[in-house]
Amino acid sequence: MAKRSAPEVNAGSMADIAFLLLIFFLVTTTIEVDSGIQSKLPPPVPDDVQPPKIKEKNIFQVLVNQDNRLLVENEDMAISELTEAAVKFLDNGGGEGPAACSYCQGEGDPESSDNPDKAVISLVNDRLATYSTYVTVYNELVRAYTILRNRESQKRFNESFEDMYLRYKEWPETEKETPEYEKLQEQVDLIRDLYPLKLSEAEPQQS
Amino acid sequence: MSKFKKQKSGDLPAISTASLPDIVFMLLFFFMVATVMREDELKIENRLPNANQVEKLESKNKLVYIYIGKPSAQYQKTFGVTDVIQLGDKISSVEEVQTYVNTKRNDMPEDIQDEMMVSLKVDSGSKVGVLSDVKQELREAMALKINYTAKKGDPMRNLKK
Repeated sequence: MAKRSAPEVNAGSMADIAFLLLIFFLVTTTIEVDSGIQSKLPPPVPDDVQPPKIKEKNIFQVLVNQDNRLLVENEDMAISELTEAAVKFLDNGGGEGPAACSYCQGEGDPESSDNPDKAVISLVNDRLATYSTYVTVYNELVRAYTILRNRESQKRFNESFEDMYLRYKEWPETEKETPEYEKLQEQVDLIRDLYPLKLSEAEPQQS
Repeated sequence: MSKFKKQKSGDLPAISTASLPDIVFMLLFFFMVATVMREDELKIENRLPNANQVEKLESKNKLVYIYIGKPSAQYQKTFGVTDVIQLGDKISSVEEVQTYVNTKRNDMPEDIQDEMMVSLKVDSGSKVGVLSDVKQELREAMALKINYTAKKGDPMRNLKK
């Protein structure tokens, strides 16, 4: 009797227990979206301040109407062509003298923007446009800036801006005093200054 | 004869299910790690759009969520079928946005109050009108860092119904 080994514990029900937990987690949790397009709102403007004057040629007007159609610079346009048109506008570099742009590779059309610092994209929405169109248009416009920043960053630092920015964002918190980090920060700021994101959103139009 | 039959069936070894718990546990751990508990119970429809210029959001303690969308089926009797705003757990009006954001900001530790970011979770089918009202309120509340929360994906898929 004493020699008999201890009876094995039946582990058959372990699976059932685990399944129960699994199903609980499956049902109660949803994968939360933790990404998005960053944006900055302009601070509230006092009534007595005049808006700064911007030359007509430095504005790239994008209108979205209630049928989700796009009107870009008074012309009908498909959303798929928007990025290209925005890049062309931003990178035009048609300025002369102090407004000239040394790093632009555009056509230099005097009827289009002077330099990326002066160029403003104005996005006006109808109140009845759908959000999905709005996000897509916004995304395409931001993409235009990303394309240009990537190009410039590739040329200067041999690394795309997106990679550089990711490295900058994910720098370990404890090593932010190092010269490498400061250099990286300088590079990111430089590229950002070359192609500053100037996306103005006017208040939507009532229809 | 009957003895012979019995012996034959008795020889068939049972399939070992000993590794089944391991497999299930593996799945269980995957789901436990990959999922985050929802902050608020949604009372509206909320299908987020796709975008490819997305950045990762700030850590959760700096975020304030605002949801916009149509009320889901069981709330349509009370709140109608047009787009509404949900703040926290309840459906609210545009005027309450400022108070909500300011309350949330005051609840944060002082050193991160400036880094507060508003995550706008807007249903892809909703109209821009409500969103722009909310944005006006956010400007007034000086909550200027915002984020159009979107899934990483091809934005052109938003346009197809």
